[in-house]
Amino acid sequence: MSELLEAPAAGSVTAAPRNYEILPKPTDDGEVGGDLLEVAMGPHHPSTHGVFRMDVVLDGEQVVKLKPVFGYLHRNHEKIAENTTYLASMPYTDRLDYLCSMTNNWAYALSVERLTGLQPPERAEYIRVITAELTRLVNHTCLVGFLLQDMGALGTPLMYAFREREIILDLFESLTGSRMMCNYMRFGGCRVDLPVGWLDQARSALDGYEEFLETFQKFLTENEILVARSQGIGVLPPELAISASITGPMLRASGVNYDLRKVDKYGIYDRFDFRVPLGDHGDVYDRYMIRVLEMQESVKILRQALRDIPGGPIVDPKAKIRGFRPKAGEAYGRIECPKGELGFYLISDGSPNPYRYRVRPPSLINLTVLEDMCLGQTVADAVIILGSVDIVLGEVDR
Amino acid sequence: MIADVLNGILLMLWRVVSDQPAPLAALLPALPEALRPVVSAVLCVSPIIGVFATLFALTTLMERKGLGRIQNRLGPNRVGPFGILQPAADGLKMLTKEDIIPRSADKLVHFLAPVALAVPTLLAYAVLPYGRNLVPLDLDAGLLFFFAVGASTELAIFMAGWSSHNKYSLLGAMRAIAQMISYEIPLILSAVTVVMIAGSLSPAHIVARQDGFIWGWVPHWYVLTPWGFVGFLIFTTASLAESNRSPFDLPEAESELIAGHLTEYSGFKYALFFLAEYLGMFAISGLGVTLFLGGWQAPLPGLDWVPSYLWFFSKLILMVFIFIWIRGTVPRLRVDQLLNLAWKFLLPLALINLFTAAIWHFTAVWQFPGALLLRWLLSAVMIGGAYVVLGRALSPRKKVSLRTYRYAT
Repeated sequence: MSELLEAPAAGSVTAAPRNYEILPKPTDDGEVGGDLLEVAMGPHHPSTHGVFRMDVVLDGEQVVKLKPVFGYLHRNHEKIAENTTYLASMPYTDRLDYLCSMTNNWAYALSVERLTGLQPPERAEYIRVITAELTRLVNHTCLVGFLLQDMGALGTPLMYAFREREIILDLFESLTGSRMMCNYMRFGGCRVDLPVGWLDQARSALDGYEEFLETFQKFLTENEILVARSQGIGVLPPELAISASITGPMLRASGVNYDLRKVDKYGIYDRFDFRVPLGDHGDVYDRYMIRVLEMQESVKILRQALRDIPGGPIVDPKAKIRGFRPKAGEAYGRIECPKGELGFYLISDGSPNPYRYRVRPPSLINLTVLEDMCLGQTVADAVIILGSVDIVLGEVDR
Repeated sequence: MIADVLNGILLMLWRVVSDQPAPLAALLPALPEALRPVVSAVLCVSPIIGVFATLFALTTLMERKGLGRIQNRLGPNRVGPFGILQPAADGLKMLTKEDIIPRSADKLVHFLAPVALAVPTLLAYAVLPYGRNLVPLDLDAGLLFFFAVGASTELAIFMAGWSSHNKYSLLGAMRAIAQMISYEIPLILSAVTVVMIAGSLSPAHIVARQDGFIWGWVPHWYVLTPWGFVGFLIFTTASLAESNRSPFDLPEAESELIAGHLTEYSGFKYALFFLAEYLGMFAISGLGVTLFLGGWQAPLPGLDWVPSYLWFFSKLILMVFIFIWIRGTVPRLRVDQLLNLAWKFLLPLALINLFTAAIWHFTAVWQFPGALLLRWLLSAVMIGGAYVVLGRALSPRKKVSLRTYRYAT
């Protein structure tokens, strides 16, 4: 916390003023911008991670302007949630960031619990930590694989990353019945208890994971091309990161110590011994490394949680399924999801549906500084900078 | 007369298979005088096209299977036993696909580009010695011919990029030009080193100079000398860039430029590009084998009974396999890093290597005990010193290093 306070006050630095007319005005001869080339990268581009578009203006290979265009995947998530019951939105939160359904569930459950005052029992809190940290492993592993893919490593790191991810998805499947769309958390607890032998399975999966992380680091972190491609690229200064309200590994790679697991201590995170890695440069390499180091810390948390998990019920006995009507009021629940601060803001008017339902999507907010990071870099860099932001379009467009 | 011709064909085939000299001489006398030049040309050209097109099919299979194993998957295994008919399926798919020409494309140039790429690539095969007495066209300046036709492929890639009227194609074409021109220089300089030592521009003659064995068992290949080893590494690196292979596949960088100059090509034209790219890779690997790996010479004494072309092709496939291996393992460089590597590292190193080769050549007269060791040490110091100075001390990116990270608790 102390380092957060030392960092410059938010709002003191703002991003450069934007002019979203993409090409400069034509001259009298009708020539547009001389040698500049406008390229619409996306929405069907191999490395925009979904239906995202970057309108870039290039001077040779250098990016002189970049306009992010999104909304192709807009599904009216918030309005739909306002027209249905609280519980019915739970499976829909899986589809926000479809790589991390567990953390999405948790953030939504947390805000409803704040609204109603439900308190999950001990065992449920432990299960939530375990599934959330497993989700963090899944997300960061995928990200590292995709980032290397963007750098042109032809899928080899991605395939090995996916092999490890499968092991965790198998755990999710045996727990919730679904690999990615888990729909597992409930208000005041979890949906089902752990199957017999699940904890042992999880422990052995974790052993394999540690080995994998070591190998991955040995082969990739010291790879000269990776180092040369990513160091000093896409620098995000901490002042800008704070004033643009960037969160998650991206913020910490810029050297700002802000992790909601430490700041809010939501759930039972104050019981675990783990550290928050911080970068000093805020470039692509730092963002990559912070994720790798966070995975190691997640493994540490998981070891403690798997050791300490108690028995007992998994749902607050006061929790109601039918006739669930929170009393009028508002609540904001936020957690440190793998991509940053994921928050749900709910206003209840006492009816079965939320009056207002609002998502704070970390992917979208982290994306806002894309142009500031890409200006002056080459096209090839812009692609890996976008990769290092870690977006999922389901969450950006909602 | 027909019996004579049939007999001649059989004899010729036997001579080719059993590695005997002048296979054509077995057939030509049976033919009328007027037909002989034509038949002789066709007989030279058709095996090249046939053999290398087959090799292309096999290599695509080997690449897909090999990459699959590297990436922890099975690779194609549906078509035929173990997927060995996959190239046929790929080819059929390519042939039956619709040929799309963008409306705003320059149609003539768009059509000509794949042809202009495939033809010079095939021409380059004319001068390679595939085996003992198996060189289609033994030019005195064969190496020069090879590089001349090789250089003209750049034009074809630019034609493809320009005529497609696509921004990705144009960017890819610009990258291709910058890259191929830059890497041509270290490529040629490393070949010049061999020319200087062998004293000939004729590939057949260069192979002949690598005949014999030192101490009775170490082959007299140029790769087994200090300058030859470094030259071979420079040559391989530059030929990776020349054939647009990873980590120098910038012109068609998938994650950045979709497919670069190939973006707007489909169907048979795309297949032709693909074919020409692989043929180019074989040609340049074949040249590497000829210059540094002793061409068709056997690697150990007493193996002369194996037909010489088998040695050539096994070395060729080994090099292609290394290309595939590299493709599956390393990330891609950026354009400026790529050009820096060519101009600031490979080019000076190739020049110093040329100088080292000269010293190696002139110290060959040393007769005192330990002379060979001393020569090796001298060369190693010259090249190793240059490597360190060029690679580290003069590097513009001194600040790039492995980092340590702090933790907040």
